[in-house]
Amino acid sequence: MSMAVTQTPKTTKTSSRVLRYVGFVAMPLLVVVWSLVDLSLGKELVEWIPYLASGFSMNILITLCAVTLGTTAGVLLGLMQLAPFWFVRLPAQIYVQIFRNAPALVLIFATTYIFPFEIVLFGNYLPFPDWVKAVIGLAILSSAYIAEITRGAVLSIPTTQWEATKGLGFSRLQALRYVILPQCVRRSLPPWMNVASSMAMGTSLASLVGVHELMHAATDASTAVRRLDFTIIAYVVVMAAFFTLCYPIARLTRRLEQRFNAG
Amino acid sequence: MTASTDAAIVKLEDVHLSFGQTQVLKGIDLTINKGDAVSIIGPSGSGKSTILRCINALVTPQSGKITVAGTRVDQLTKESERIQLRKRVGIVFQQYNLFPHLTVLDNIVLAPIKILGADKTATVKLARELLEKVRLSEKADAYPGQLSGGQQQRVAIARALAMKPELVLFDEVTSALDPETVGEVLWVIRDLIRDGMTSILVTHEMRFAEEISDTVVFTENGRIVDHGSPQQIFHSTNNPRIRQFVGGLSGGGRGAVRDGEGI
Repeated sequence: MSMAVTQTPKTTKTSSRVLRYVGFVAMPLLVVVWSLVDLSLGKELVEWIPYLASGFSMNILITLCAVTLGTTAGVLLGLMQLAPFWFVRLPAQIYVQIFRNAPALVLIFATTYIFPFEIVLFGNYLPFPDWVKAVIGLAILSSAYIAEITRGAVLSIPTTQWEATKGLGFSRLQALRYVILPQCVRRSLPPWMNVASSMAMGTSLASLVGVHELMHAATDASTAVRRLDFTIIAYVVVMAAFFTLCYPIARLTRRLEQRFNAG
Repeated sequence: MTASTDAAIVKLEDVHLSFGQTQVLKGIDLTINKGDAVSIIGPSGSGKSTILRCINALVTPQSGKITVAGTRVDQLTKESERIQLRKRVGIVFQQYNLFPHLTVLDNIVLAPIKILGADKTATVKLARELLEKVRLSEKADAYPGQLSGGQQQRVAIARALAMKPELVLFDEVTSALDPETVGEVLWVIRDLIRDGMTSILVTHEMRFAEEISDTVVFTENGRIVDHGSPQQIFHSTNNPRIRQFVGGLSGGGRGAVRDGEGI
């Protein structure tokens, strides 16, 4: 029942181990050793860590929301691009072409200034925080990427699969749901992972519109402490934090890929 | 025989079809009775497969009448009507076209459960019976990629039968197989025909066509050149073209060797 799992070549295994050491060992070690050598630096860092952590939780929140929203919208848009009716296809195509080529920062600025700071719902004033606007900006970008990934994956399924479903009396939507899309999941996992990591890294751009996230927190900290060595160590912490956010996405995707390959 | 069992299940009258500028069918007349096994033979590009595709409405002819099991196929305008027809007409393709992400058993039960809304337990039971019939009971949990071509084709036949079709179309089902496994597929089809399943085969297996057919139809250049009993077509035809074609294929021993394998 289980098929031979494709063996990962030895080189990628070694390189992923090196990567893991840099991310999870070398960078934290640098921070710890430096803090111990210069205890005044270590003291400052310990004081600021909770502040940095509160910023980082915002990065995680924005990433999760943007990727979830972007994936849902992107899959729908990708399928719309393949619809037989032009009035479904065309709006999706225009959307994807415009936003796929927009820089993340431009979209984040745009959503920040286009949307109001609060919305009125049934007479109640609800705040519309900046981080939600950043989520929308990144979700727009990732949905355009994921739409293209979805479209490509569907087109890569051999036409004979469609023919087989037709012969068995499937409608187009039934064929998509039960036969075509399940096969697309595996094919689109690696590019999807790329988009998810870019979004995770893109969350740092939200600092530029005043969202309190990790980059913003690190800048605050270095401005307050005004020490070059602290500034350097603070940004090393930022790098290590982004690594711990992105690396698990890569690992998880690889594991899923192997599980699907075994099927 | 009563009138109802003897009634024509498939009737084509003066069917013309062209793809763009290419005329593929130039006036096909064909009547097939319930319970009959009909083989369509002829050189490549003579329109054999297209005739099958007209019968289950995968393609629509420009003119002519097609009646399948009481339905005027040429008058179907909506895709939903064509889908209703395809649920009643099974088709097996040259390239098997199994769904690679599903196990053998799931390949067979998917369409009856999701498309016909059949009871799950009953369908699984039927699927296991069909697997036994095609001698693949032990492969129920295997994936298509783990099976040989002949095994995959037998699963494809079981998949078509699970829809309980009124007739089955076989489109060159042994052409993509290596000679060793042709026999096991022909064995399954022979069994099916003995059970009284109305079958229309496009085939290059001359010996097999001669053995199992009630009627053999010879097509060339989009026309039916001749039809009759296997005895007539293979042994007592006056048509020099048919004699040349039949002699060239089965006289060379190709059909004989293949037919003898694994039976």
